[in-house]
Amino acid sequence: MATVKGAIVVDTERCKGCGLCVVACPVKILGLSQKEVNKRGYPFSMQLEDKCIGCASCAIVCPDGCISVYKTKI
Amino acid sequence: MTREDIIKPENLVYKKPTLLNDNTMHYCPGCSHGVVHKLIAEVIEEMGLADKAVGVSPVGCAVFMYKYLDIDCQEAAHGRAPALATAIKRLWPDRLVFTYQGDGDLACIGTAETIHALNRGENITIIFINNAIYGMTGGQMAPTTLMGMKTATCPYGRDAKIHGYPLHMTEIAATLEGTAYVTRQSVQTVAAIRKAKKAIRKAFENSMNGKGSNLVEIVATCNSGWKMSPVAANKWMEENMFPYYPLGDLKDKE
Repeated sequence: MATVKGAIVVDTERCKGCGLCVVACPVKILGLSQKEVNKRGYPFSMQLEDKCIGCASCAIVCPDGCISVYKTKI
Repeated sequence: MTREDIIKPENLVYKKPTLLNDNTMHYCPGCSHGVVHKLIAEVIEEMGLADKAVGVSPVGCAVFMYKYLDIDCQEAAHGRAPALATAIKRLWPDRLVFTYQGDGDLACIGTAETIHALNRGENITIIFINNAIYGMTGGQMAPTTLMGMKTATCPYGRDAKIHGYPLHMTEIAATLEGTAYVTRQSVQTVAAIRKAKKAIRKAFENSMNGKGSNLVEIVATCNSGWKMSPVAANKWMEENMFPYYPLGDLKDKE
């Protein structure tokens, strides 16, 4: 049973959809937007499932610093 | 527990460093430059040297470094960043002076400046981004291009008979008397990024403590120049670049 729960906030306008966070996520809950794009035409990264552990791997590998990570104990 | 309960300022564990400003970077999606910029911003922030840091960026993709980092920056002519950094550090010994150079800049056009600045033991740090290609100008062959690697100017692959061999600048720097810390790192995984951050921190501390010159090579990707997706470029780098440019500390003068 997980004792920590995390969540991420993606700065979608800054995101360029490189997909490095998607591969870096150890619980595989990130994906790129399928139908939406940001103002500059890039698909952006988003949290697809509610299983985030707040490890910040996605944010650390993000070349554009678009991801903020929150973590709390439950 | 809902998402809104988690997303509160007191639960924040990681965000973009404040020294990296809100300008959207011009780098291609997935470019290693962004990660290295972020690491530099984090290290300077942690060392509390935001008012004392001076970055020197010459020509290359990183020419716009001053737009993204909220520190003092100076533009240099192509390859001449170490010469300029020498002047800045000598006139302002209490400043943290670093240069940020690509492989085309450091290993080709600025070879002389780089080697002499390192050999003189100037108290500066050189951050060397090695992606084995001239990324900014459209993917031409660089001195560090791997054997057999195809670029715009060697479309049949690099051939030793015509183009010579890839240049190991970091190995050369390790043999120089003036260097204090010479290392080669990469930024493709979380573990590698943490190591690279430690290396940058050590190099910055050395240059502030007057131990000599420091060279931190970052083996990086240029996915648009290599014509791959960012994820494939990272994999290609691990398979092809690392055997030729092995990671690790080459010199650490305590």
